[in-house]
Amino acid sequence: MQVVGGINTGLRKVPAWLVYLGGLGWAAYLFWLGLSNQLGPEPINTLERLYGDVAIKLLILGLAVTPLRKWPGLNLMKFRRAIGLTAFGFVLAHFMVFAILDVQTLERGWTEIVKRPYVTIGMAGFLLLIPLALTSNNLSVRKLGGAGWRKLHKLTYAAALLGAVHYLWLVKGFQIEPVVFTALIVGLLLTRIKWSRARAVFA
Amino acid sequence: MAYRWKNDLTQADVTPKSMFLNRRQLMGGAAGLGLTAAAGGARAQDALEPNTLEEIRSYNNFYEFGTGKEDPARNAGGMVIDPWTITVDGLVDNPGEYSLASLLDGLTEEERIYRFRCVEAWSMVVPWNGYELADILAKVGVKSEAKYVAFETTVQPDVMIGVQRRVIPFPYVEGLRLDEAMHPLTMLATGIYGEPMAKQNGAPIRLVVPWKYGFKSIKSIVRISLVEEEPPASWNIINPREYGFYSNVNPTVDHPRWSQASERKIGGGLFATRQDTLMFNGYEAEVASLYEGMDLNEFY
Repeated sequence: MQVVGGINTGLRKVPAWLVYLGGLGWAAYLFWLGLSNQLGPEPINTLERLYGDVAIKLLILGLAVTPLRKWPGLNLMKFRRAIGLTAFGFVLAHFMVFAILDVQTLERGWTEIVKRPYVTIGMAGFLLLIPLALTSNNLSVRKLGGAGWRKLHKLTYAAALLGAVHYLWLVKGFQIEPVVFTALIVGLLLTRIKWSRARAVFA
Repeated sequence: MAYRWKNDLTQADVTPKSMFLNRRQLMGGAAGLGLTAAAGGARAQDALEPNTLEEIRSYNNFYEFGTGKEDPARNAGGMVIDPWTITVDGLVDNPGEYSLASLLDGLTEEERIYRFRCVEAWSMVVPWNGYELADILAKVGVKSEAKYVAFETTVQPDVMIGVQRRVIPFPYVEGLRLDEAMHPLTMLATGIYGEPMAKQNGAPIRLVVPWKYGFKSIKSIVRISLVEEEPPASWNIINPREYGFYSNVNPTVDHPRWSQASERKIGGGLFATRQDTLMFNGYEAEVASLYEGMDLNEFY
């Protein structure tokens, strides 16, 4: 516990804006790698995947904030909004690469979204995140009230699950990464279930 | 007998060895054999710009060596390709275990510059070196009852990380109808740009069927069987709804997970534009007759 306490003390000195800066810097760096021909022969697809990969990892980290505080006592609460918004930023970047660089035309993009279930699911997850990004500020928390805001932001759970299914569905054959991500997301969501109440319901 | 099909591109268009790694521009002239008259005409006049050897060797699907596009180049180094034995069996006059050299002995090697279209909606242009499959089949003698040709890829679990992880069932298998196999466009390739086939590209010998999606062009072949019934094909077994036995390039029949109407040619950078996919990958004039009377929506 002493280690966790030390980390918490250290983290108190780290400003949350560093998360935004780091995210922006990383996104720009990946884009520059694409521009400068360092993402292999098919940079569009690679960049699309890299952004999506960071996005789902940040979503998982965001979901881990509460359980981490409960059990090992690691306090990342002050970074949670920054993690969430940066995750949204990467989802947005992932979508922009898909829309502008990959499918290129509105018509083709629309066809992809309605015809391909894994794209449909990814889009649904993206849409769910938009109101969350728009209300990730103090003013919105005050306007919605703590309870209302928390209720709205439970949409993160659905968005993360949709992200996991989106990834599982798009790979060919058996691949380990989407399975691990899905397991992590499901595991983190399970920690939200209030077991005492669940038992009362099922008893 | 070889040379049953003639390239749009001639020997004069082939880049000197020293320039392999430089991008090059090849113009497709009027096709030989008067084939331009039909539907192939539009594409025959297009510029066909072969991908660089580096691109061809660094962006591959070869699930025996992992699922990432860079994995085969990284992981295929340990595959043993010498000595190489190909088992020829089934309905043939001369079955047996052929060494690579004995199977190809006396046949004519050609260069064929073909479009290569992956089912994942990306494409390349590859200058293959190899042999018409028809010549090889003539050599082993096809019995009249044979209707299909089945192929099998080597399995070397010790050096194949994808086989260890059981990404898909192995060995990888593929098949062609006999008339497809005998078609002059169909070849067994042993090199690219005049260089021996790289391991990640399917060394030492692989199938090339340019009017079908890339996964039909099975790599690192160790068995060729002439059979009477339609043979199993790996992706068709794994997911029959997504991958048909024929898997002809067809912009009007979509894969359930991505559109086949357009494709992006590898090597165009971050702002590469998409191009329309052509029926039978631009080889409609040559191969459409093979499928006359077949509903291509049903036999996809």
